[in-house]
Amino acid sequence: MKTIILKTASNYLLPLLMLFSFFILLRGHYLPGGGFVGGLIAAIAFVLHAFANGLENTKHLIRIHPGFLMPVGLALAFTSGLAPIFYAGLPFMTGIWFPEPLSVIGMVGSALFFDIGVYLVVIGVSLTIIFTITESA
Amino acid sequence: MIQHIVLYPILIQVFIAILLLFCWSRVHWQKVISVVGSFLSLGIAIILFITTWNEGTLTVQAGGWDAPFGISFVSDTFAATLILLTAISGLAVSVFSVGTILPARLKFGYLPIFHFLLLGLNGAFLTGDIFNLYVWFEVIIISSFVLITIGGEKAQLEGALKYFTLNIFASMIFLTAVAVLYGITGSLNMADLSIKVAAIENRGLVEVSAVLFLIGFGIKSALFPLYFWLPASYHTPPPAVSAIFGGLLTKVGVYAIIRVFTLIFVGDVFLENIILTLAGFTLVSGALGALVQNNIVKIFSYLIICHIGYMILGLGLVSELAIAGAVFYLIHDIIVKTNLFMVSGLIYRIKGTFSMRDLGGLYAKYPLLSLLMAIPFFSLVGIPPLSGFWPKLALITESFKMSNYWLIAAVLFATFITFYLIAKIWSEVFWKEGKVLPKLYNFRYFDKLKLEKKVQIVAPIIFLAFVSLFIGFGAEYIQQLALRVANELTNNQHYVQSVLGEQMIAN
Repeated sequence: MKTIILKTASNYLLPLLMLFSFFILLRGHYLPGGGFVGGLIAAIAFVLHAFANGLENTKHLIRIHPGFLMPVGLALAFTSGLAPIFYAGLPFMTGIWFPEPLSVIGMVGSALFFDIGVYLVVIGVSLTIIFTITESA
Repeated sequence: MIQHIVLYPILIQVFIAILLLFCWSRVHWQKVISVVGSFLSLGIAIILFITTWNEGTLTVQAGGWDAPFGISFVSDTFAATLILLTAISGLAVSVFSVGTILPARLKFGYLPIFHFLLLGLNGAFLTGDIFNLYVWFEVIIISSFVLITIGGEKAQLEGALKYFTLNIFASMIFLTAVAVLYGITGSLNMADLSIKVAAIENRGLVEVSAVLFLIGFGIKSALFPLYFWLPASYHTPPPAVSAIFGGLLTKVGVYAIIRVFTLIFVGDVFLENIILTLAGFTLVSGALGALVQNNIVKIFSYLIICHIGYMILGLGLVSELAIAGAVFYLIHDIIVKTNLFMVSGLIYRIKGTFSMRDLGGLYAKYPLLSLLMAIPFFSLVGIPPLSGFWPKLALITESFKMSNYWLIAAVLFATFITFYLIAKIWSEVFWKEGKVLPKLYNFRYFDKLKLEKKVQIVAPIIFLAFVSLFIGFGAEYIQQLALRVANELTNNQHYVQSVLGEQMIAN
């Protein structure tokens, strides 16, 4: 699919979709959204880029192997679960929150880091699967 | 906070798995991390066991949300014992995997997935929430799919297909059962369910849900009419994988059956009769299936099915002593079955075949190793004082009390066939004159291996053989443990109280 329209559009859509995926990620604590959907949207952004510009260019754009995001995301989610045990002596996965909301993001707590972990794992898994299938096809 | 230790066996496995994922392409580091991590998790399991033994049932509410709304993790004596056994088998298989799994498989993430499997097992034993149990079962089967297919040999994929189809089916039935149960009670917490199910008027629907649970877990633990996937798939992956599957995967199904039918669905005579009938048929049909096989791994696979019967039988007899027998058998079986599959791996390494007809002359060539391998074999049969003897004694005594002579006949038949098979394996594989087999191309025979590899293969077998011997000779301690577990299981108010707290019961 090497049409010039898609190619041009995908260059603008990539940052837009990434921004939208962040928005969905942050929105997810109280409203529909969250790390899983956000991660899928981010993965779609890269897949669209790969459709328009070829897999090699997308890989060059991402630089790291997407599979590497899996352990990073898992580690982040795991640490956010451990934090209450070591920080406050509360059970695993208890939400601990900063007292004041930050501007734009809102309330920040351990749940946000868990969700970011999920976000990274989902991007890592879906991109690894899609890239592998595309390469072998 | 002493309760936090309940989650540590789960957390340590996540931690090891994440570390292993970071070392994706450095296989050598992975080996070190896996073995060291398994030692650590054994240490944690021992601490959890001792704490649970001294303090009684420990509960932690994940996320700090109180039961019955949050997910509870409960470590009673039963769960703590199984965590300990998982850690022991996990350590043995981890070392054995390091010694035997081909580098090509290790490169595709064998070890991380192996630890995810142990994570699922630990989670399933500790959780106090029926839906969470389903999730842990999913973790287990997804990891086991990868382990059974990794390497991609034709036979493996064929076995994996059967394994996959029936296990997914079992999960769906399990999920349906959870849905029905949630529909009639509005709760998923097992302790809460224990109270609510007893108060439900519509017994028909409760029974439907109970039978669905029995079918779902029955497929997973390879009960009588539902076991066909097991002998079709367990001989295909490498022996290290078969060892952890044979030792623990079916047992987690048995654990779930025992847990659900002692905590939630209690005192239903119709179900008890079904369970007893299934147990009897499982014993007989598993034994008959094993009789006609020639491949030693297939024999062991059928023996797994056969011996599941003993545990289910103990549950069906309901009395405290019978459940203690079942728990004792479970303890003995996990260690012995793991060891048997590792032994079959060692035999394969020595001769390059699993076929009983072609094997032979092992005793003449390796007398000491043969004696070592004799320990799991004869423990399995239960030649006194080895470990299989004691639980069977308890089960037969209890069946006599119920004057259920068909069951005694089934137990004796299964024991006799097991004995016959082990004698046959012993004479065919160890005593028979060895044939000269054609040399396999590109295969590292045991005597050509480096000392390091030899140790990695033999040390776990020695370790588990010692554990088996301890279970046999220290039967007094194990019986004490099994009785305490049975006491906790039959008097489930203690479990309920520890999860829900005192005041919840009063309401």
